[in-house]
Amino acid sequence: MARLRAATFAALLVLCGTPEAADVPLNFPDAALQARYESLLAELRCLVCQNQSLADSHAELAQDLRNEVFRLLESGATDAEVLAFMVERYGDFVLYEPPLKASTALLWAGPAVLALVGAVVLVRLAQRRGTAVKETLSAEERARLDRLLAADRQRET
Amino acid sequence: MRFAIPFGLFVIVVAFLAIGLERDPRLVPSPLIGKPLPAFELGDLANPDTVLTRSDLDGQIYLLNVWASWCAACRDEHPLLVELARQGTLPLIGINYKDEIDAARQWLVERGDPYRLSLFDQAGQFGLDLGVYGVPETFLVDADGTIRYKHIGPLTPAVLERDILPLLATLRGGS
Repeated sequence: MARLRAATFAALLVLCGTPEAADVPLNFPDAALQARYESLLAELRCLVCQNQSLADSHAELAQDLRNEVFRLLESGATDAEVLAFMVERYGDFVLYEPPLKASTALLWAGPAVLALVGAVVLVRLAQRRGTAVKETLSAEERARLDRLLAADRQRET
Repeated sequence: MRFAIPFGLFVIVVAFLAIGLERDPRLVPSPLIGKPLPAFELGDLANPDTVLTRSDLDGQIYLLNVWASWCAACRDEHPLLVELARQGTLPLIGINYKDEIDAARQWLVERGDPYRLSLFDQAGQFGLDLGVYGVPETFLVDADGTIRYKHIGPLTPAVLERDILPLLATLRGGS
């Protein structure tokens, strides 16, 4: 049992690995550039393993694109220029945060619209339930209630 | 009647999900369609000392096919490319992407060479400029050097009939 657990753990370690273990070490001139590099990689999607960012992916294409990001940053490109470079080639899909456009309006507005619809439905349901309780007695029922209460009172005295 | 609204919402959600299921998330629309072919300076696979540039390809409508000897799906589409070349439907230009020169040449010897020429893009830089992420990829480029169409994955007779041949007819009719 212990051996099995150890083997499983070893297998998991191999599978996870460190994201950039296989990479050629990059020589960053300063820590600020490295921080920008890392935050850009987290924002860009690897097109081969689409649910991984460039930072996470082991795909060869991701490696190429990481090198390209490094090269661009080293040559003095701004973050916006690096993102534009990628979008020019791979489309908005490379960005984990899609830009607001006519085609993405539903995506951006969707959650807010749904929350609004939910709130309206909730308020209306609550109102309907409130009025349901406020039922009034008919004249006949009122007279009967009075009789019963009067009888009660007589019994008490 | 009281279920009309929830049922309506259910139908809308199902419709959205059904459309989502039918679409292939791997097919990312290329932002390069309608744009000029990126500039390049690459050797010819048959003769790496000859440097070719974009202007060497201008003036004709052609298919630009990204291939590699390590790419299994390229093997599947290759007979179709050979057949296209044999029929002379339109010229084919290859981009040999991130490959070894000997392996690439050997591949063409074994399977037939449908390409007018193959650009030797060993570093993958031109592939990167073309937004290549899943070899094989095929571009239709018009006589002005504008990219008109892109297909990701192996070409099939169905894709050819449905997309490429009609577009080719339109391009030729317009010129």
